[in-house]
Amino acid sequence: MTAYIIRRILYAIPILLGVNILTFVLFFVVNSPDDMARMNLGAKRVSPEAVENWKRERGYDLPLLYNQSATGTGQFTDTIFFQKSLKLFRFDFGSSDSGRDIGYDISQRMWPSLAIALPVLMVGLLLNITFALLIAFFRATYIDFWGVVLCVVMMSISGLFYIIGGQYLISKLMHLVPISGYDTGLGSIKFLILPVIVGVIGGIGAGTRWYRTLFLEEINKDYVRTARAKGLSETRVLFRHVLKNAMIPILTGVVVVLPLLFMGSLITESFFGIPGLGSYTIDAINRQDFAIVRAMVFLGSVLYILGLIMTDISYTIVDPRVRLS
Amino acid sequence: MISQLVILWTDALVFLLMLVAILFGIYASRKMHLRRPWRQVVRSRVGMGTLVVLGFYLAIALLDSIHFRPVLEDSAGGNGTTQSAEVISLFDELVSGLRKRQEKTYSAPLAVQLYAKENIELPDGSVMRDYPRLRYGGAHLENPESEWSSDILKLSGFGILKGLLVSFITANILIMLLAVRKSRSYGDEARSILKGHSEIPWRVTFLVLACMLVLVFWSAELSSKYHLLGTDKVGEDVFYQALKSIRTGLLIGTLTTLVMLPAAILLGIMAGYFRGWVDDVIQYTYTTLNSIPGVLLIAAAILMLQIYMSNHADEFNSLVERADLRLLFLCVILGVTSWTGLCRLLRGEALKLREMDYVQAATAFGVSHLQIITRHILPNVLHIVLIAVVLDFSGLVLAEAVLSYVNIGVDPTMNSWGNMINSARLEMAREPIVWWSLAAAMIFMFTLVLSANLLSDVVRDAFDPRLRSNR
Amino acid sequence: MTDTLLRVQGLKTRLGDDTNPVRAVDGVDLDIRRGETFALLGESGCGKSMTALSLMRLLPPSGRIVDGQAFLGETSLFELAEMDMRRERGGRMGMIFQEPMTSLNAVRTIGDQIGESVSFHDPENRGRVSSRVLELLKSVGIPDPERRLNEYPHQLSGGMKQRVMIAIALAGKPELLIADEPTTALDVTIQAQVLALLKGLQKRTGMAILLITHDLGVVSAVADRVAVMYAGQVIEQASTKHFIGTPAHPYSRKLFQSLPDSRKRGQRLTVIDGAVPKLTQQFNQCRFLERCDKALKICAQVEPPWQSIRTGEGMRCHLEVAETTEGEDQSDQADERPRFTGSNEVLLETRGLKVHFPIRQGVFKRVVGAVKAVDGIDLVIAPGHTLALVGESGCGKTTVGKSILQLIPPTEGSVRFEGAELTRLSRGSMRRRRSDMQIIFQDPVASMNPRMLVGDIIAEGMQAQGIGGNAKQRWTRVLELLDHVGLSEEAADLYPNEFSGGQRQRICIARALAVDPRFIVCDEPTSALDVSVQAQILNLLLDLQEERSITYLFITHNISVVAYLAHEVAVMYLGRIVERGTVEEVLDAPLHPYTQALLSAVPTIDSDTGREITRLEGDMPSPANPPAGCHFHPRCPRAVDACRKAYPETTHLSETRQVSCFEVGEE
Repeated sequence: MTAYIIRRILYAIPILLGVNILTFVLFFVVNSPDDMARMNLGAKRVSPEAVENWKRERGYDLPLLYNQSATGTGQFTDTIFFQKSLKLFRFDFGSSDSGRDIGYDISQRMWPSLAIALPVLMVGLLLNITFALLIAFFRATYIDFWGVVLCVVMMSISGLFYIIGGQYLISKLMHLVPISGYDTGLGSIKFLILPVIVGVIGGIGAGTRWYRTLFLEEINKDYVRTARAKGLSETRVLFRHVLKNAMIPILTGVVVVLPLLFMGSLITESFFGIPGLGSYTIDAINRQDFAIVRAMVFLGSVLYILGLIMTDISYTIVDPRVRLS
Repeated sequence: MISQLVILWTDALVFLLMLVAILFGIYASRKMHLRRPWRQVVRSRVGMGTLVVLGFYLAIALLDSIHFRPVLEDSAGGNGTTQSAEVISLFDELVSGLRKRQEKTYSAPLAVQLYAKENIELPDGSVMRDYPRLRYGGAHLENPESEWSSDILKLSGFGILKGLLVSFITANILIMLLAVRKSRSYGDEARSILKGHSEIPWRVTFLVLACMLVLVFWSAELSSKYHLLGTDKVGEDVFYQALKSIRTGLLIGTLTTLVMLPAAILLGIMAGYFRGWVDDVIQYTYTTLNSIPGVLLIAAAILMLQIYMSNHADEFNSLVERADLRLLFLCVILGVTSWTGLCRLLRGEALKLREMDYVQAATAFGVSHLQIITRHILPNVLHIVLIAVVLDFSGLVLAEAVLSYVNIGVDPTMNSWGNMINSARLEMAREPIVWWSLAAAMIFMFTLVLSANLLSDVVRDAFDPRLRSNR
Repeated sequence: MTDTLLRVQGLKTRLGDDTNPVRAVDGVDLDIRRGETFALLGESGCGKSMTALSLMRLLPPSGRIVDGQAFLGETSLFELAEMDMRRERGGRMGMIFQEPMTSLNAVRTIGDQIGESVSFHDPENRGRVSSRVLELLKSVGIPDPERRLNEYPHQLSGGMKQRVMIAIALAGKPELLIADEPTTALDVTIQAQVLALLKGLQKRTGMAILLITHDLGVVSAVADRVAVMYAGQVIEQASTKHFIGTPAHPYSRKLFQSLPDSRKRGQRLTVIDGAVPKLTQQFNQCRFLERCDKALKICAQVEPPWQSIRTGEGMRCHLEVAETTEGEDQSDQADERPRFTGSNEVLLETRGLKVHFPIRQGVFKRVVGAVKAVDGIDLVIAPGHTLALVGESGCGKTTVGKSILQLIPPTEGSVRFEGAELTRLSRGSMRRRRSDMQIIFQDPVASMNPRMLVGDIIAEGMQAQGIGGNAKQRWTRVLELLDHVGLSEEAADLYPNEFSGGQRQRICIARALAVDPRFIVCDEPTSALDVSVQAQILNLLLDLQEERSITYLFITHNISVVAYLAHEVAVMYLGRIVERGTVEEVLDAPLHPYTQALLSAVPTIDSDTGREITRLEGDMPSPANPPAGCHFHPRCPRAVDACRKAYPETTHLSETRQVSCFEVGEE
């Protein structure tokens, strides 16, 4: 098990390196540091000195991949790629093109993201499982049929509509909670209620339908017949046998996204004005701030790989058949 | 009216896709294992109903994919003609009324006046603050207050009647054709269909067809004199925008798949079949791509495209071409982020299949790898590919809206539901609110996505043998 | 009768929709007495399992009981409310299933799963569930039950899982145990253990057993009475003694005649032509009509009534008992085929053949060990003969077959085919060689690509080998081959799923024959088939051998098939051959204790084989970690110290005979 985890972590290094190279190439294949400087300095006509200045201040005055003028390892380390991309491996995110410390911003902004994403996930999980169990219990009846139809209808509605509709109905018409904004501490609760409700409702359709499929798949297995042959009641069969088996794919599916919750949701956060990592990313995209995008890509990749490893570990915990080697 | 045809990149790909689909249809009709599930699809009521709805969407998208430069009558000389710089589609030509009747700014659905009060100069020179009449919407009415409702009723009735008539004729022609094919009398055929006894659920098909036709004629009738869904900030007809967005939505949903399929199929099967280092390389590739958050990858790629386009602005002849290239690029990058799932699925399946006895038997005959893949592996994963394509479609249509909202979707000048929602967001804050842009985009998108979702359920049930045995 | 425990009258069960239902059970009457073992015998798809599930009211969602009654004691099972039925289910009537591998819940412990039944059905023991579970585990003969209590199903072998299933059923102290093919998925030595356990438990608790099986041998070994099912009906019912001696119904008689065994060597096996009729139709003639060679005119007009022969015995046939046996050649024919006494010619020879699959562990996935699936096999096969490779599942016999054909590359050793060393051939020359050797697989469903036409499947080999001329000539050859294996020409234009299991296996044989091989590996070609179909395939294989003098390596676990068709036998245990010789030598006088145990574990229809019964304990160890010394010593009843220290040398007793056992070596 330990060996397995170590191997997975070692395997993460080439992947993260690949991610870095990819984003780096993607950015500099059409763009040059000069272009960046000109864009950031605003006007079309900027003096070459100002450009050089801007580049020097932010460390973009180095060659991209290979420094001929340097000596020794400096030929590789005194480059933009090494300075900007590889330092990420030390979680040294550097500063953004507008000069702010990215690491600090991230550490500040991940908590609001989490404050929305975690409740959405948990409440959603609970509701989806409950509804799916209900539908599975009444399988092959009208409740099942119309339940599934409702799920399909709900998942056919764009998430944007849930947000706009929720804001209009609850905040604008009923004045129950503020439309958007954020506060620290307990004061944030009134800002969080609406995004969480909207997030949960938006996910119910797809989630319930997916879990129903999992439950029905289990219900058709041989061991369920054995359980029934013991004389157990249908509810007992469902709760004691089916639920426990179906929870394996459900839980591991949840574990894989757990780390990514920190990344927040782009849409929800910008609609509701939550200062989380999602809106941070959107702002960076709109400002074309490459340093932040690069940092967020790296962070996302790390969290994704972490999620994969955690999934494998969680399998060994919930499924006695699985052993890692 | 002779004019110069313009073939945009996406147009070419759309017709290529149609060609591929038709060829696949011919191939599938010869193979029992592919024909049987399709037969199951067309025999389900939901399947036929959604197919009709999707047919209407597809027809509009295809009409909207034939672009040309219209010929302008030279106003001065009368005999000389010039090519317009503007590129329009066959669909634009068909609904040119909608396209050209532009108002000044917002107006509500079916309104005769603008949505905001303006200073109107009266004939006597005095200035009055009131809702001015629209230039086109309801302009034929002398006295809107008294005539409006009866006019709407009259137009509606007329449209519905037309729709019913056309659907009645269509249904009868179809019944006749069916009766001839089965060599039964017309009466027998009609009776069995009306009672719902036919194998293919024609009754439901006709019902949905009639609904759609009635809707089409009703809206055509109303929008000839009014703005059915109102106008937006610059006075453009919202109904027209929503219709134009159909092409964008369908394209994103289908072209993305077309772009990613070859890579996903080839790499997935290779990884599973050859295993060893081939597998390692392919797995590394898709794990790396997968680990980058999709939105960020798309954002980075679109940003780069924007920079490239602004640096090479002179390479693009028109706004339309520019927007088109961006759409294509978006499809490609969406494809790059979404091929990994299918690839992994196919890899797993190929791993299983290569151990099957029949693959072993083929190896025992000395059949080459290439032939084993094309003859034994590929046909046995085709149903998975098909299910994935259908399932992805609705997700991609929804994704377009979200991406456009974040400004990393299609070009802002392009008609798309995402752009409509995006602009409507600000209008929601107006008092009184402007709701029709949003509602129009939502309804059109919802209809498409719901149909696609329902159809994908039917298709999956028909093609997935595992699900079938559960029933 | 007071001692009747279960009485079933006119049971009819249907599956599928109402417009075109499958009449899975179509009027079954049964009486089961207290304490007896009642066997329900029949081929696949005849309605045995559906009968059992109907009694338990555990039918699949599309199934329903449309008519009939069932009484367990005084209780009318079909009239009980679902609540009350649950008390009976798992209480007075328990059930165990065919697949012990999938029938237990993988994520709950053994103790938990048995305990659940105890606390529901056994109110007296509700306070001491865990100790009751321990008792139950002990009573089903699970070693070290305290430890097993907290283990999960995947940690147990197949036989152990079936014992756990039995323990679950026993928890409710059943009066009737329904066992649905309880040993079909198990190896013969394990089957013998489980059957013995069931008999022992029956003696102790006095419960009745309804045993559902397709195996005449199992019936003969454990049943008191037997009912034969065919196409949804019971067509014959008799005491086992009468049934084994003189089956009455023409179908039952044919079933016995189609069984292969040593006395039928050199004869063609009796086959039952045709197939079981579709159960979607409404019958008003005899269901066996089309396959019966004694059919009368009346058989096609009237469905035969139940004809009582003795008390509690009878059959569903228009003929009198005496008539059904008429015209059959009762005398055993003499063995026509010459005995095999060894040959100097060699077609195929393996020396020290090894196939090891590496086990990797640690951070860098270093190889830390190997699964020794095949661990040094020497085989010699003479042209035109059949060598049977016998062993239980997991002993590596399939891997031997595949590695000979180079489908799995051997780790070590040599495989010489007509003098050519196959392991050293280049890929190209190996490919050209492939037309000489072919393989037929166990599962006729998995061995054909469902997306290809039968004609293309058969032609594939010719195409790949570039033989058989152009496409048109190849197609002509395909049609010839189909005709040769007894299928019509139309078959070439159909897909595999339109054929029955036996027909598919014929297609597979035709496919192998297409490239004119001289050597065919038959990997359990009949074990997925019903007895009557098995006879067809065996006849076909023997005919082909006679016509074309094809050499077979026949991999199987079925001893009676070996006795019927093999010339030589090699017995495998854990990757090695423990005994080898001609079929007479090995089967009539086995020397290795494992061979002896294997042979005595096979239930046969002859009650007096004169063999000493050797019952094996425990399971086969894992080939990743074989026991030191003789691999067999932990289970060997006659193991001595020497066995634990070293693997015994192979003793050559004669030109054809060799044994690897210290006991034999000393002599």
